[in-house]
Amino acid sequence: MLAVRRGKKVEFSPEVLEQAQQIIRRYPEGQQKSALIPLLHLAQEQFGGYLSVEAMDYIAELLHLKPIEVYEVATFYSMFHLKPVGRYVLEVCHTGPCEIKGAEWLIQTLKKKLGIQEGETTADGLFTLRRVECLAACGYAPMLQCGERYYEFLDTEEKVDALLEQLRQNAIT
Amino acid sequence: MRRLLLLEKAHIEEIDRYDIYRREGGYTSVEKALKSMSPQEVVEEVKKSGLRGRGGAGFPTGLKWSFLDKKSGRPRYLVCNADESEPGTFKDRYLMEKLPHLLIEGLIVSSYALEANRAFIYVRGEFKWIIKILERAIEEARTAGWLGKNILGSGFDLDIVVHPGAGAYICGEETALLESLEGKRGLPRVKPPFPAVVGLYGMPTVVNNVETLAAVPWIVLNGGDAYASIGIGKSTGTKLISACGNIKKPGVYEVELGLSVEEFLYSDEWCGGMEGEYGLKAIVPGGSSVPILPAHLALKTASGQPRLLSYESMADGGFETGSMLGSGGFIVYDEAQCIVRNTYNFARFYHHESCGQCSPCREGTGWLERLLHKIEEGHGTLHDIDLLWDVQKKIEGNTICPLGDAAAWPVASALRHFRQEFEAHVHQPQQCLFRRRASFVFANASVEIA
Repeated sequence: MLAVRRGKKVEFSPEVLEQAQQIIRRYPEGQQKSALIPLLHLAQEQFGGYLSVEAMDYIAELLHLKPIEVYEVATFYSMFHLKPVGRYVLEVCHTGPCEIKGAEWLIQTLKKKLGIQEGETTADGLFTLRRVECLAACGYAPMLQCGERYYEFLDTEEKVDALLEQLRQNAIT
Repeated sequence: MRRLLLLEKAHIEEIDRYDIYRREGGYTSVEKALKSMSPQEVVEEVKKSGLRGRGGAGFPTGLKWSFLDKKSGRPRYLVCNADESEPGTFKDRYLMEKLPHLLIEGLIVSSYALEANRAFIYVRGEFKWIIKILERAIEEARTAGWLGKNILGSGFDLDIVVHPGAGAYICGEETALLESLEGKRGLPRVKPPFPAVVGLYGMPTVVNNVETLAAVPWIVLNGGDAYASIGIGKSTGTKLISACGNIKKPGVYEVELGLSVEEFLYSDEWCGGMEGEYGLKAIVPGGSSVPILPAHLALKTASGQPRLLSYESMADGGFETGSMLGSGGFIVYDEAQCIVRNTYNFARFYHHESCGQCSPCREGTGWLERLLHKIEEGHGTLHDIDLLWDVQKKIEGNTICPLGDAAAWPVASALRHFRQEFEAHVHQPQQCLFRRRASFVFANASVEIA
């Protein structure tokens, strides 16, 4: 499965559309395609954390691109999710420097605590677990990215528990 | 003596805010350049300074600038490479978090030197909070009159746009970065033509690393000669080193080029020595792409000279016994670490990050990963070790961009210096110290192979 069709059209709210237009205007005349990656980020954020076929088609329409031009970019970059994900995507760095400081331990611990395998989402839809390559936090390992933040020095069970608890609380409020 | 040119003000509270930065003397290099220097004079000072690209290649910045096509009269662009993704490297992130206005100041004076009216900061997409910091700082600078039309009445216009990437190591390569900035897949371009002639949107473009641009204000203020008097030989000035691995004090440090590796590693002022009971086994001194050095060659060159943090000393001995200063990603391994496992890890990284354009890289990195996985898992043969050497040799130098070399070198250097360890993994894989210590972790782990 390369990408998911939702079966219904999506579009930005007027405020978000204005934000999108502002992004497009940042680039020189005739170079609006440059706005593609920023707009895909915006679409992913607005449309449930992943890029459905409809979301990609909508961005193509906004930028007057052929849908394939959007698909080929969306599939190239690792930050774009083409399948539904949980509310919090926990992305653990497992590249060299993180590995020697316990990235593998962190991944196994999260799997155990969440009861899921890598790439899976918890039944309550809260957490998706992924492993990713270097996030430029090598001195602060083991670590993971979740949303807009990095959570670093996650080297004890207590810290992992505290993080999961905090995210669960955020989901309620 | 500790000399700070970049991070001198990093400790000041709220130095990321415009008012504080300005109060502490920020943006004076812009005043000096725009009011009393011609663009060419700024280029000359940077040439004199001997500043070299801090992203990893170490190419002289002034020379790179002088290649920019100004004659044709087409629009010129300056692009800041903030796609920091080289394993072991986390310095630009620190600089942008702490001193966003220093980068903006550097971008203004550099754009002035290059006579570019639009600059882009290409930031890796994962640095979402940094994008916000930079956007706020740009807004503050614009409000204060440092950006926009006719800056300081000089007639010079400049706008800066922050552009996010979306997770692709390859976009740190400058032509892949330009493709990505144009809204495409990050596939490196064939060079020549170089970006200085055909760059962003086909226009003359200079791409510089964050740290490189941040060094320019000091050079403009104090002169190229003053900068060149700091450091050692052709390694002038200071460099940010991001230190990680099995050390007491991981972090980002600014060092005067020429500091010895031994002092950097063991002094309490820097890394503070090894973190635990084990001694030093190896160092990767400049990010995952550069050759790994065993302890004895990390501290001293083959000719017995102290190994220094400088472009020349790091490269002393070539790839036989030396390495590269690279991006300054300084990864330290203690004796309990497994070189086979680390080499496998890096090979997996490069395989994952290969853009797939060139067959030697696309196929070769997969071969490296699979062979190393096999050896690491205890199923390897001596023939696999020879094959590994053969495959990396066939990637090196045969690809459009340096990712192929970057994938080959860690494997070649690991085989060169630690061949016995690979052979031991063939004969007695369970004897690996790392494996024994980590067995509780790996017992239930399946290592996925792409």
